[in-house]
Amino acid sequence: MNKILVGLLLGAVLGAIDGMTAWFTPAVRSQLAGIVVGSTFKGLVAGVLIGVFARKVNCLAMGILFGLGVGLLLAFFVAHMQHGYYFEIMLPGGMVGLIVGYATQKYGRPVTPQRA
Amino acid sequence: MMRLSDRVVEKLRADMQAPDLAGTRYRIVRYLARGGMGSVWLAEDTVLDRRIALKALDPVASTDDLAERLLQEARILAGLEHPGIVPVHDAGTLADGRVFYCMKYVEGQTLAGHIVNMSLPDKLRLLERIAEPLDFAHSRGFIHRDLKPENIMIGAFGEVLVMDWGLAKSGVARAASGLSAAENAPDASGSARSSTPVTGQGSVLGTPGYMSPEQASGAIGVDHRSDIFSLGAILWFMLTGSVRGERPAVDSIPRPLRAICDKAMAFDPGARYPSAREMTRDIAHYLHGEPVAAYPESLIERAGRLYRRHNTAVVLVVAYLLMRLLFILLTRR
Repeated sequence: MNKILVGLLLGAVLGAIDGMTAWFTPAVRSQLAGIVVGSTFKGLVAGVLIGVFARKVNCLAMGILFGLGVGLLLAFFVAHMQHGYYFEIMLPGGMVGLIVGYATQKYGRPVTPQRA
Repeated sequence: MMRLSDRVVEKLRADMQAPDLAGTRYRIVRYLARGGMGSVWLAEDTVLDRRIALKALDPVASTDDLAERLLQEARILAGLEHPGIVPVHDAGTLADGRVFYCMKYVEGQTLAGHIVNMSLPDKLRLLERIAEPLDFAHSRGFIHRDLKPENIMIGAFGEVLVMDWGLAKSGVARAASGLSAAENAPDASGSARSSTPVTGQGSVLGTPGYMSPEQASGAIGVDHRSDIFSLGAILWFMLTGSVRGERPAVDSIPRPLRAICDKAMAFDPGARYPSAREMTRDIAHYLHGEPVAAYPESLIERAGRLYRRHNTAVVLVVAYLLMRLLFILLTRR
């Protein structure tokens, strides 16, 4: 499994879990499907970006920092669209990015150099 | 009459046994040790200005048969060009009629001295490197037959060298000739060795504790799996500091590693690893937290191994899930 696929799968799974936790908030339970789809999509985008970064940069610290940054940034956009809940959305979003950043650096097949 | 001290007697004996290097490019520096079939001397190559180890037959043991065996040892070494096998530089007959060969002089420690205070992963990585030249020799049809910690040298820069191929045999040729280890072995006079091997006319050669059961019994058809047994015994020595069976069972050895030793040292050669490479593959799996073929693990052990292998990832995911749980509890208030 290559690094992009690792990022994509992990981002999607954690994003979906992230979205499903909205079920515990009665105020938004009616919009659960939309939240899960949106959150999964956010996880997918973050996973692909972090996976591509991991293919280019082989450094655990940089991978984690990049993952955290991407997670926070995407979560910020979502929170901005929601006009609130910054902390509740950005903290898990950042954490998902951090985990995906770590996982893509640690796992997944790196790019094999192509012979001319 | 003046009495001579043991030291003086030993010095005189060494001087008497020193090979006559007249007419050669070599000059004796000092006596090093006794090896299979003769003595080893530190010498200087005056042309290339470097130190070499010179192995020559002892004067009293110099028979045509042994001379041929020493040359055979040199030929085997010369044919096994590998970074883990000491290279031969020269061979021939000296002015005093003794056969000799010169090889690289390895400055370093034997395995036993080197592994003191070494971590378990480092020991296992070292064993992988010991197995490399052995696997190479097996691929060329040779078996060492006397693998033990004393015959493994670790150089000053960490290079690993398998030494003393005096008992080495071509497994293919032996199998074809149908001779037993006892029949192939040099006689007692030519097998004076630094440790305490089993020697004697018509008996087997090797070192107890490291010698496979079939080699010890002088069975016909001893093959490379005999070396696998010795490699397993070396692994056991590296893990416990003693020969297997010398001390009561040690509980501190991780079970997968014990299983690797058990498989390598199985009584039946067919139950052992088919090659040194297969054995080191299992060791590499253990080192990387992967399942070891020789050890069927339980579900709990598997979970524990996976946790140890991916502990940071597991901690991160658990931390994430705990954080989500905390959020849920807080928002439900």
